[in-house]
Amino acid sequence: MSLKRKDLVSIASLTLDEITLILDTADSFKEVSGREIKKVPALRGKTVVNLFFEPSTRTRTSFELAAKRLSADVINFSPSSSSVVKGETLLDTARNIEAMQADIIVLRHPDAGAAETLANGVKSSVINAGDGWHEHPTQALLDLFTMREKKLNFKGLRVAIVGDIAHSRVARSNIFGLSKLGAEIRAVGPPTMIPVHLDRLGVRVYYDLDEALRGVDVIMMLRLQLERQGRALFPSIREYSRLYGLTAERVRLAEAGALVMHPGPVNRGVEMAPEVADSFSSVILDQVANGVAVRMGILYLLSGAN
Amino acid sequence: MIAPEKKARDQETLVMDASEVARALTRIAHEILERNKGTQEIALVGIRTGGVHLAHRLARRIQEIERAQVPIGELDITLYRDDLGIRKDQPVLRKTSIPFNVSDLNVILVDDVLFTGRTIRAAMDGLIDLGRPAEIQLAVLVDRGHRQLPIKATYIGKNIPTSREEIVHVYLEEEGEEDRVVLLKNASGGAR
Repeated sequence: MSLKRKDLVSIASLTLDEITLILDTADSFKEVSGREIKKVPALRGKTVVNLFFEPSTRTRTSFELAAKRLSADVINFSPSSSSVVKGETLLDTARNIEAMQADIIVLRHPDAGAAETLANGVKSSVINAGDGWHEHPTQALLDLFTMREKKLNFKGLRVAIVGDIAHSRVARSNIFGLSKLGAEIRAVGPPTMIPVHLDRLGVRVYYDLDEALRGVDVIMMLRLQLERQGRALFPSIREYSRLYGLTAERVRLAEAGALVMHPGPVNRGVEMAPEVADSFSSVILDQVANGVAVRMGILYLLSGAN
Repeated sequence: MIAPEKKARDQETLVMDASEVARALTRIAHEILERNKGTQEIALVGIRTGGVHLAHRLARRIQEIERAQVPIGELDITLYRDDLGIRKDQPVLRKTSIPFNVSDLNVILVDDVLFTGRTIRAAMDGLIDLGRPAEIQLAVLVDRGHRQLPIKATYIGKNIPTSREEIVHVYLEEEGEEDRVVLLKNASGGAR
């Protein structure tokens, strides 16, 4: 089987078979990153453009490394150094990039739906690297990959997602992915950060962290977006940390051997105690390493001839 | 063992039966040992998927003959194909697993059928990305001719003259079939 689509815009639009194919392909690519010479010729002659309208270091670096390990040429394009500040529209920018024979455009944009708009407007393949509050499919795929690698099976796997669910594209993509794979999903956070109708996606909502963590196999922490403080979503960082911060005692409420995940960057001492981030249960660095393999898999699968 | 019928089944001609496959592998194992003067310097690398089973069988025979274990690896050549980006659908990627350093070893690539030679070219590139073998040798169960690259096998189970349109199919026990090699007449598409 192969991925019969031009773009990767969302997890919601992927079938279970497509998710499995991406994870299996990533699994094969993991071996390449363990080699002394970490390069294969699969995307020789292809051009990948990282088009990032929002600051990002790890996602952009991860895509760049993935493309380079596949022998593609990579260009990083960010708005501060371009004509976007001069008022050029997203589609015009992208068409210019396309005119330079870009095969794949990796887009990070502050507006939900930007990836879809771009995908419909250009012939190049588009990979969504995060669009507003909508989705961040490659992050979810690397999270799913890490869970599958450590826990082998999604059936009956209990996953707690903790934090600002409402404003998190990472949470949204993971919820779509996990529910397709048959996991049990719990969402935990203050009521101001839990979107309404979450139960319609089969997610169980909790407002008490201790209660939510009981018996879970995976604890997925979200980054508290400190810039949102002052929007009256939570009274103070201190209170948030006391109610929803992950401590070593709280990890003990979960199943023995439960995984602690975080998409990074971690606010140490806010959503996660430093000793938890550095503990044996933490797979945060596995997530980063797996991110490169997953992105190699996606780049490879989307780069068939048009 | 039930003797396989030698008659054509839907234009399918049996070219090697189970005992011929077994004898060919035994002979190749002896030839490998003779040429490399024992098992000290050698490693077997099967090309996915057919070559992997044959590599394991050769290793078993070598162990029976010399009482020595030979390192075995599995190589997936997908990322080294010369038709990536030409095909519409990307071929399914499988795992490469070579749990030893290939440098300074005589690496014997193992495949089921040698045809155009393009797979072997890709396999050699893939192998060289992992290190610098002292020598690369090639063992195949069947050489069916029609090379498109200057590649030649070191060990051959059987030479089978074919036309380009024919398909050679190797069935192996490991895949739930009785060991045999058959020739299919001008079946459309999927030539290998």
